[in-house]
Amino acid sequence: MSVVLLEARNIGKRFGGVQALKDVSLTIRAQEIYGLIGPNGAGKTTFFNVMTGLYPRDGGEVLFGGVPLELDTPYLVAQAGIARTFQNIRLFGNMTAIENVMVGRHVRTHAGVFGAILRTPGQRAEEAAIRRRAEELLHYVGIPHRANDLARNLSYGDQRRLEIARALATEPQLLALDEPAAGMNATETVALRKLIEGLRADGLTVLLIEHDVKLVMGLCDRVAVLDYGEKIAEDVPGVVQKDPKVIEAYLGAGGD
Amino acid sequence: MSTKKWIGLALVALALLALPLVLTSVGTAWVRITNLAILFIFLALGLNIVVGMAGLLDLGYIAFFAVGAYVYALLASPHFGLHLPFWVILPLGALFAGMAGAILGAPTLRLRGDYLAIVTLGFGEIVRIFLNNLSQPFNITNGPKGITRIDGLNIAGMDFVNTHTLFGIPFTGPAKYYYVLLILLLLVIVVNLRLQKSRIGRAWVAIREDELAAKAAGINTRNMKLLAFAMGATFGGIAGGMFSAMQGFVSPESFILHESILVLAMVVLGGMGNVWGVIAGAMLLSFVPELLRYTVDPVQQMLFGKLLIDPEVLRMLIFGGALVLTMRFRPAGLWPESRHKLEMSENRS
Amino acid sequence: MEIFVQQIINGLTAGSVYALVALGYTMVYGIIQLINFAHGEVVMIGGMVALTVITTLVGMGLPLPPIVLVLAGILAAIPICMALGYLLERAAYRPLRHAPRLAPLITAIGMSMVLQQVALLIWGRDPKAFPQIMENKSFIIAGASITSVQIAIILMSVLIMATLTWFVYRTRFGIAIRATAENVNVAALMGVDANRTIAATFVIGAGLAAVAGVMYGTYYGITHYTMGFMLGLKAFSAAVLGGIGNLAGAMLGGILLGLVEALGAGYIGEFTDLCRWPLVDGLLVERCANGGHVVLFGSNYQDVFAFMVLILVLVFRPSGLLGERVSERA
Ligand SMILES: Nc1ncnc2c1ncn2[C@@H]1O[C@H](COP(=O)(O)OP(=O)(O)OP(=O)(O)O)[C@@H](O)[C@H]1O
Ligand SMILES: [Mg+2]
Repeated sequence: MSVVLLEARNIGKRFGGVQALKDVSLTIRAQEIYGLIGPNGAGKTTFFNVMTGLYPRDGGEVLFGGVPLELDTPYLVAQAGIARTFQNIRLFGNMTAIENVMVGRHVRTHAGVFGAILRTPGQRAEEAAIRRRAEELLHYVGIPHRANDLARNLSYGDQRRLEIARALATEPQLLALDEPAAGMNATETVALRKLIEGLRADGLTVLLIEHDVKLVMGLCDRVAVLDYGEKIAEDVPGVVQKDPKVIEAYLGAGGD
Repeated sequence: MSTKKWIGLALVALALLALPLVLTSVGTAWVRITNLAILFIFLALGLNIVVGMAGLLDLGYIAFFAVGAYVYALLASPHFGLHLPFWVILPLGALFAGMAGAILGAPTLRLRGDYLAIVTLGFGEIVRIFLNNLSQPFNITNGPKGITRIDGLNIAGMDFVNTHTLFGIPFTGPAKYYYVLLILLLLVIVVNLRLQKSRIGRAWVAIREDELAAKAAGINTRNMKLLAFAMGATFGGIAGGMFSAMQGFVSPESFILHESILVLAMVVLGGMGNVWGVIAGAMLLSFVPELLRYTVDPVQQMLFGKLLIDPEVLRMLIFGGALVLTMRFRPAGLWPESRHKLEMSENRS
Repeated sequence: MEIFVQQIINGLTAGSVYALVALGYTMVYGIIQLINFAHGEVVMIGGMVALTVITTLVGMGLPLPPIVLVLAGILAAIPICMALGYLLERAAYRPLRHAPRLAPLITAIGMSMVLQQVALLIWGRDPKAFPQIMENKSFIIAGASITSVQIAIILMSVLIMATLTWFVYRTRFGIAIRATAENVNVAALMGVDANRTIAATFVIGAGLAAVAGVMYGTYYGITHYTMGFMLGLKAFSAAVLGGIGNLAGAMLGGILLGLVEALGAGYIGEFTDLCRWPLVDGLLVERCANGGHVVLFGSNYQDVFAFMVLILVLVFRPSGLLGERVSERA
């Protein structure tokens, strides 16, 4: 069971005067649902951004399947098998939903300019496969009926699902979700929870940032807590919940 | 496609084929104007790949056009006494222009988009400075005087200068160029349309929409941008070669910033990224100034007895104004991409 | 050696003008991340307005001392350019503040085109000579000459830059500008009126541009409706060289660029004279005989230097000499 999938070692990141991450190390095992929590501004999103190569880091490294990730080239991170969503949803607004998902297939497909211009049989077959897979994924996240709508015209909840579908299209081993339940109502949250559990059942590992404590505690196998850029706890939910440092951090930040 | 559509398409094709014959009877000048317009539509569609699809603001596009034009001019004129056939130099010009694009793009494309704008702007000017000055100490470009007596096209022994009569219909030189340009235009339209609906085209649009998200979704943004930039430059080079052949004369004068702006205005006005929008925008901005030339001047003469506003100034005011007003009131252009898409999907279902 | 000192003096003068223009670019970029392509045209219009005022005054035959004439020119140019800067921001850029990045850039390029053509309509197609109003005294330093105009330009821009620095770092309004540049939303929470602050940035930049336009006109002796283009491009390069968004950087970048350009123009002919290089010598015997020269690139390539600097900076140090490294917020 406990094969290590991702290991972050001593990640540091500073923005001017703000130490957003300080020597953060954590270990995610294959096929677990791993929660990353902490008060606002604790550095959770920054950890995602560093881990996926979008922000240059000040120090540390990330091993994925035992191999160091090339954090200077984000597309290689995606290629290695990490996909993510964004806290403030970043879709390709003027593309249709299905095209958004098809973009996610880019990293696993190969057709080039000449294939496209000449419409070679290989390119056509690949293109059809891309579309088929995208349709499947839209179905999987529950929005097949929105396939031909522009992403920017989708409802908030549907946009979140679409972002997950786009991430899944890259065939990740690790799916990193940044507050996927934010702004969702109770029914949508239940559906999301089902979705995440289904993903794990299909063999994926999930890294989840979430403020909804009930969701985190009910869903995650293990949880890490960040506070002011430092990891103050990492354990199963039941233990973390009772950790005085964690309680202090949340109360100190005005409760959550 | 339905029969109705096929008939429509056939009619359009027929009209396009007959156009130069009709125009010749009005005046050969109009065929020339039309040819130039087609060339600019071609250029606009080349730039559309860069600006419209990939969202890279290239303000020196005309420089690649210049590269193509000069490659052609130098290798097919008495200047160096070289007279290579067009099927060698047209691709060569395209290659050179594409390489220039890649060399310029490589250092700048990993930076924020607006740097690219300024670098291309500067590059356009630099190319012109070199063209103007590379007559000393060795005469390469012949300086501001430009290069004259450039060979026209010559396909299968048929030259493009004299009038040929086929089936009793006289085809003038410009009319023949018209058909070649039409074929090239068709080519660039197909390239645009096919790329748009391909893995590469989607990657470009994704970069245009949100570069960071595109990176995170696994796109090698740097290579994709470079590809778009070099492809656009390549088309610029082809257009340049055709320009040389058609005009028989090139000088640095033809490659000033205004021309880059003109092509950009065509792309922006019509609707960035939408092939038909760009074509419409290019036609609008090609013909309107010509029409103005024939209407505004006489009207001014009549009213004031003299020219108050030079038609050239008016032209530039229209281009500049078109950019500003389009961005302000119709940022997606007169014929935006998304509406087009909706229509397409409605048709499908 | 004389050439060297001479080119240093010339470079400092041109650099002072670049610095003033670069400040306008850098302030606007710092606050709204827009390359205001029309900024060069504001400089041009400043020069044109001053020229018109001075020519008119001279034409009226009033016995005014030259310094009064120039001041009158500057005082006319500044408010007109400031109004223009305000108008640009208000009418063209503000409506697009939340539009995709490409939109304001394209608008800026369109505005630049429109302003050029309007200037062409008003002042004509031909270069306009700046009236020779004062006797341009020369002083000799280390074998090189420095004119009173050059001294005036250098001193004046130093004065202006010092004032601007004081303004931005020591006054309430300056602090508001810096706060808005740091983070518009946070500044707004602190009670800074973002619209007003941004407009003020444009206005101040345009004021500096006006002065730069007059300096350019008096120094080079002519103005032309297209002069803003190259000047703008160079000043922008200077801003990037210094680190865009950074005031001190713009000043430093402007001066450095002026020097690079002057020294480059002064020496490139000599360095690219094939007759100086023994390897090629043999091939060009005829043309090199009797002190002949085969100069590959002469000073007519001067305008290329700024561009090369720009590319080199972007490749090796995109954040410029004094700029901080910034990455896009994810
Ligand atoms: N691009 C940036 N530039 C400057 N500071 C940043 C940047 N991104 C994050 N920060 C700062 O780093 C700290 C950590 O922010 P981060 O977004 O990682 O927090 P978070 O844990 O995701 O919070 P939240 O729960 O509110 O999303 C904050 O103080 C934030 O202001
Ligand atoms: Mg966050």
